Amino acid sequence: MLRYTLNRVLLMIPTLIGVAVLVFFMLRVIPGDVVEVKLRGDGGAVSQETIEMERHRLGLDKPLIYQFKDWMVGLATLDLGTSMWTDRPVTEEIAIRLELSLQVAIMASFIAVLLAVPLGTTAALMRGTWIDYAVRIITIGGLSIPSFWFGMLIMITLLYLFNWLPPITFTPIYVDPLANLAQLVWPALAVGYRYCAVVARMIRSSLLEVLNEDYIRTARAKGVYEKLVISRHALRNALLPAITVIGIEFAFLIGGLVVTEQVFNLNGIGMLFVQSVSRNDFTLIQGMVMLIAAFYVAINLVVDLLYAVFDPRIRYT
Amino acid sequence: MDPSRPLIRERSRLSGVLLETASLLPRILAVVILALSGAVRDSHAQNPKRGGTLQFAISAETPHYDSHGSDTFATVHFAAPFYSTLLRFNLDEYPQVIGDLADGWTVAPDLMSYTFKLHRGVRFHDGKELSSEDIKASYDRLRDPPAGIVSTRKATFADIDTIETPDPLTVVFKMKAVNASMLEHFASPWNAIYSIKDLAADPNGPKTRVNGTGPFIFVEHIKGSHVSGRKNDDYFRKGLPYLDGFKGVFTLQAAAMLNAIQGGQLMAEFRGISPAERDRLVQAMGAKIRIEESSWTVNLLVVFNTERKPFDDARVRKALAMAIDRWGGSAGLSRISTLRSVGGVVRPGSPLAAAPDELAKLPGFSRDIKTAREDARKLLADAGVPQLKFQLWNRNLAMPYTPAGIFLVDQWRQIGVEVEHKQSDTSPYIAAMTNGNFDVAIDFSNLFMDDSTLALAKYLSFDKAPQNMSRSKDPELDKLYEDHIRERDPAKRKALVAAFEKRLFEQGYQQPLLWWHRIVPTHKSVMGWKMSPSHNLGQDLAEVWLNV
Repeated sequence: MLRYTLNRVLLMIPTLIGVAVLVFFMLRVIPGDVVEVKLRGDGGAVSQETIEMERHRLGLDKPLIYQFKDWMVGLATLDLGTSMWTDRPVTEEIAIRLELSLQVAIMASFIAVLLAVPLGTTAALMRGTWIDYAVRIITIGGLSIPSFWFGMLIMITLLYLFNWLPPITFTPIYVDPLANLAQLVWPALAVGYRYCAVVARMIRSSLLEVLNEDYIRTARAKGVYEKLVISRHALRNALLPAITVIGIEFAFLIGGLVVTEQVFNLNGIGMLFVQSVSRNDFTLIQGMVMLIAAFYVAINLVVDLLYAVFDPRIRYT
Repeated sequence: MDPSRPLIRERSRLSGVLLETASLLPRILAVVILALSGAVRDSHAQNPKRGGTLQFAISAETPHYDSHGSDTFATVHFAAPFYSTLLRFNLDEYPQVIGDLADGWTVAPDLMSYTFKLHRGVRFHDGKELSSEDIKASYDRLRDPPAGIVSTRKATFADIDTIETPDPLTVVFKMKAVNASMLEHFASPWNAIYSIKDLAADPNGPKTRVNGTGPFIFVEHIKGSHVSGRKNDDYFRKGLPYLDGFKGVFTLQAAAMLNAIQGGQLMAEFRGISPAERDRLVQAMGAKIRIEESSWTVNLLVVFNTERKPFDDARVRKALAMAIDRWGGSAGLSRISTLRSVGGVVRPGSPLAAAPDELAKLPGFSRDIKTAREDARKLLADAGVPQLKFQLWNRNLAMPYTPAGIFLVDQWRQIGVEVEHKQSDTSPYIAAMTNGNFDVAIDFSNLFMDDSTLALAKYLSFDKAPQNMSRSKDPELDKLYEDHIRERDPAKRKALVAAFEKRLFEQGYQQPLLWWHRIVPTHKSVMGWKMSPSHNLGQDLAEVWLNV
């Protein structure tokens, strides 16, 4: 197991290098650069000499291969560089937002799993009943309604029914837990609904499949209590594909809540991503792509390792 | 009321608004409520209350804190409360200027020197006393920045020859040439006064550190979230500020900003909102919201790339300009966007602006659009392009670029011209504009005040004005501009601006489509803030107070 984990960690390196190369060159294809957006974006009458001076300061006038070398050397030393827009370290820009994004992702995952497991299980066990249909309607709703739109509905409902809105600026949970939860529970709910729908449907279909397996029939034939059949034999196996979905969804939530963050005015990674792209802030985009890629790779590893925990037949060597 | 007074307040034009919107009863009620709210507001104006924290929206985030090297309002709305300037605009009598750090000043009769006496006992937030050396250091940085420092106002102060500091409270600017707009430029909100000590330690320091003499002391800037400041008890304008502090929250999405204003989390948005957003707030909040409106020192321009065929032909450019019904467009677009006023190169209603009747005689501004379009068709036929097709480059911003683009496509369709509307994100859009990779484009002019020196500069020859996206070269316009800068007689100056407009619109390199209309929502409890035609002025918040 340890050797397998080490191998997988080592395999992350070429994957991330591939991502680094791709993102670097793909960004350079986009016309325009951050200097023009910064100095001419609001109609500034800035001389070409000033533009060239800024480009020089940011290293944008260097040949592409030298810029690439700087980027790769920086990566090797875990230095993601400096934002071309704000002149602040990329790690600082990301760190400010990561706490919020991580918390929303964790809360949304918690809400999703908490609801999805009983919903999916109940629907599978009561297949064809009104309960099953109700769960299916709820989950189809979750898949059909975009999270940001659900978020807008939540905001409008809070505003018009209770004349109240969640706090507009972020307070860390260790500073004021109530203020923190008052702000983040709503986006977590908005995102968690869709997330829950995906997982619940996966659990339902997976459980239905497992319930027809020979080993379930055998367990029942042996006289094992139905509760034990479901919890120990069926659900445990049915959870494997759901774990994969949970992992992918969690990684997506780190940087993928672009519109939802805008709806709730959240200072998260998704919003930063959009801003950095619109400003052509190459270093910041590169830094964030690397972060999100690292998250995906790491979560995939965790999911694979969890397989072994849930399914005793799986052994990594 | 002085008809040349440029600032338009909806409250004082109530009868006009009633006539214009007679069929819209809810709107009329809203305006009446606003009018009454204005009266109530004014009745409280004499008795400011102290204390409280103003929370307001800033719809963009500044990349840094250095206003010398910035052109975005985001920097002013962020930094103005922390800094002072030499002069400032008196928004009660706009565009009159009054002293800020300057206690008084004299201007030489030949406009070749400006002598400022500074207030005594002004201190920076770090405790250092302000002296004339700080003014000199700040203006030297503006007009001739050290290597590696960006000053976006270098050209503005190119006419300054020397800056002298005969004593700690006196600073003298000596000019190389007359610039009739210098006093207004000394009042620019961008020209923050920095400490010479800070600049000596790190000329780039103001980008990341705040140390001014303004009414508020910097507390924190949480990137992507907010900026906050607390009252400067040692502020040199005694008795000010009234507020204990402020918090400017970055709200990049309009819906989130409107929700927050409606929900009471934010009390104002000082840049400007659209008519639809205004109507939503008025409908939802009724008497709790105050709306102030003014014409705006921003416009959209139609720009023809004069280096590309057939737009190198003045007849084609003129024909396309003549096909646009600006007067009709104003009536329609003003209902759905921030576009409203028909005007020339300076803001309509400002001192040097052409009267509507004079404007209507210029190509592209005719009120007889049917005849103008017939003439436009003939011009296109004469130029050999009766079936013209081209691409219109536009910014991918909903307000007001998208409606403006759709409007133009329709206007040109009516003279048989086929247009592809291409909207692009800001970065590729700017790249296309600066590299000349476009046929026709929608550009914009963003002025921080009504200064013809700034307004006309955009139309100078491309080698003199990189912001001239049409890439035109016209020595006649350049000469008219130079003559106008040096001209001290306002009447002659106005005549020179008129001559400039005539030449410009005859050639049709680029011309304003419509000027924007500024709509600012504030909670009824926000007092002392003053409306102006520029979203960059009056943002130091020194005189703002909360009536709660």
